[in-house]
Amino acid sequence: MQNWINAYSATNLRFLLQGLWVTIEVSIISILLSFIIGLILGTLRYVKIKYLSKIVGVIVDVIRNLPLLLIIFFTYFGLPGMGIRVNPMIAAITALVVFESAMLAEIVRAGIAAVPDGQMEGARSNGMSYAQALFHVVLPQALTMMIPALLSQFVSLVKDTSLATIIVLPELLYHAQIIYSQDPNFIIPMYAMIAVMYFILCFCLSRLAKYLQTRLANVF
Amino acid sequence: MWQLFTQNWQAFLTGFWHTILSSIIALIFSFILGSGFAILETNPNKFWRGVAKVYVEIFRNIPLLVVTMFFYLVLPKVLPAMSGFTAGTIGLTLYTSAFIAETVRSGLQSVGTGQMEGCLANGLSYWQAMKNVILPQALKITIPPLGNQFVNLIKNSSVLAFVAGMDLMYQGDVIASNTFQTIPTYIIVGIFYLILTLPLSYYMQYLEKKLA
Amino acid sequence: MKRIWKKLGIILSLLLVAIGLAGCGNKAVNKSNVYQHVKKTNTIIWGVRNDTPLFGLVDPKTGTLRGFEIDLAKALTKEILGPTGKCKLFQASAKTKIPVLKNGNIDVLLATCTITPDRAKVVDFSKPYFGAGQSLLVPKTSSLHSIKQLNKPGTKVLAVKGTTAIANIQKVAPKAKLLEYDDYGQCFSALKSGQGVAMSTDNGILAGIAANNPQYHVVGGSFTTEPYGIAVDKGQHQMRDEINKAFAKLKANGTYDRLLKKWFADVPGFNYKEVEK
Repeated sequence: MQNWINAYSATNLRFLLQGLWVTIEVSIISILLSFIIGLILGTLRYVKIKYLSKIVGVIVDVIRNLPLLLIIFFTYFGLPGMGIRVNPMIAAITALVVFESAMLAEIVRAGIAAVPDGQMEGARSNGMSYAQALFHVVLPQALTMMIPALLSQFVSLVKDTSLATIIVLPELLYHAQIIYSQDPNFIIPMYAMIAVMYFILCFCLSRLAKYLQTRLANVF
Repeated sequence: MWQLFTQNWQAFLTGFWHTILSSIIALIFSFILGSGFAILETNPNKFWRGVAKVYVEIFRNIPLLVVTMFFYLVLPKVLPAMSGFTAGTIGLTLYTSAFIAETVRSGLQSVGTGQMEGCLANGLSYWQAMKNVILPQALKITIPPLGNQFVNLIKNSSVLAFVAGMDLMYQGDVIASNTFQTIPTYIIVGIFYLILTLPLSYYMQYLEKKLA
Repeated sequence: MKRIWKKLGIILSLLLVAIGLAGCGNKAVNKSNVYQHVKKTNTIIWGVRNDTPLFGLVDPKTGTLRGFEIDLAKALTKEILGPTGKCKLFQASAKTKIPVLKNGNIDVLLATCTITPDRAKVVDFSKPYFGAGQSLLVPKTSSLHSIKQLNKPGTKVLAVKGTTAIANIQKVAPKAKLLEYDDYGQCFSALKSGQGVAMSTDNGILAGIAANNPQYHVVGGSFTTEPYGIAVDKGQHQMRDEINKAFAKLKANGTYDRLLKKWFADVPGFNYKEVEK
């Protein structure tokens, strides 16, 4: 019991919260960037531009079938070889964006494909160009349908930031490890605490997802 | 790179084997566990629904790495010490089962309540109706998403490396820190993962089209 | 089905091409003179440990690094670049420390790195700055007192990935089974939870852990000698020579002795005179 009281000292809790903040920061940046890139890549796969769509397809398939851990190693050890000095933050964000963009591209592609062909044909026969039909008719419908899948992918992204401890990114799990390096008796209290913190963070995000889903369902 | 492989092929293959083994064990048990919780989630009894809901939410919202570390570092305090492979596979099973439960539940619900009512009206019991009518239909719908979960499971098995689980990623770490050929080692590791995941995920895309 | 095979074929051939390109491009890493670079930027980026008590450990109170090697890095920076020189610390784990030096992410590595013939093939070492030796950490209740006792099938020994302890155990006790972890915290926790009978690494590191955990002690004496060296990337002779020169100065003016005393004089069961170089 004494271990638990000592483990949750004010300094340690503050240190954990600092880690939590890094987790949130990295998550938000990665979610925004990977959503934009994933949307572009997914649309590119759908519209079938000669060669380009095929190449994008192959790259996306290879990346999303690799473990994220491996991609983190590639950015952390590989980017400096190309003359870019990285700190763990940049390496982690790059890896997360590369991996999650590929995952999101697949969701976007499947989402667009699920919109009935009649929608596209109808829009075109009403005089819209292909691009107009895609951006004003097909994509909005596809996005609404995709919301659950997109948001559960975002929750995965938040959880996946924990893998970046391996390259010494000072996020939540890593800060917990620093604390129990000082005194290994803190190991159980630390894991219990960060499990709770991750749970609250991800659970709020899932709730937000559910809320948005019902709101948007009413709008369209 | 070829030399790197020929000098360390035993380690790579050991890792490959442990990755496959852990994935298959975790797949079987998480499928059983996941289907069980999915059925509980659609059960009319409020208590059982609640239990299933809590289980699923807990494992869906905590990182796999934290779950695995918990089993590896904390559980031996009450139970006899377990190897990294066992702890990792247990973590992987519980984590994946929450996702499988969600997939199967949405499959069950898409079958529709009308069928269940019809079966009950025709004199079948709840379990008979579940087993013979509802589950077979639900499983057919859920096969492609389940396949994708399996692909995720194989990729996620790389967290075994954190707990000395002898898997592909662990062997890669060990080889890289002995040969200092970091990037080539991880490229070989990546190819091994692709051998497992790519055909599977393409086959699932194919099935999805065929079943649609 | 046929399309799946076609797709897989395309990906396989693309991968082979990519690997070929990567193989050729491997040598193209920037190999400019590190010493000139740090002179120009007036900053040295040191790779240091962050999970090793007494050597380099993050303090949760302040979020900063503390330890013998951290102080040494700061003192060496002042010697090499003068009083305005900036010392940037980059945290590396045992597993990542050599790759981040090789790929140019850091300038110098000062991170409990033993000078070994294998490592000397890929990096250049300074003169040793710390004479560690490998030892065993066991619970006080354990009957283990020598490395020889570990040489039995089924005996599990814990070590950290990328450390010299692994090769040494394989040499002295080839029948023991090794389990490797990412950091000392995890490794020690594994020992506490009974994943293995002993944890093995350098005595200085083990002493640091034992100092905080009185139920554990260091046994077996040092069965190897592990001189720690400061590493630079292969071929950076000028940087290495400057480090050696600065280190000699720190020894002459007593700074080195003062730092050793500050960190190691009060550690129970550890004679800091033995590790002095």
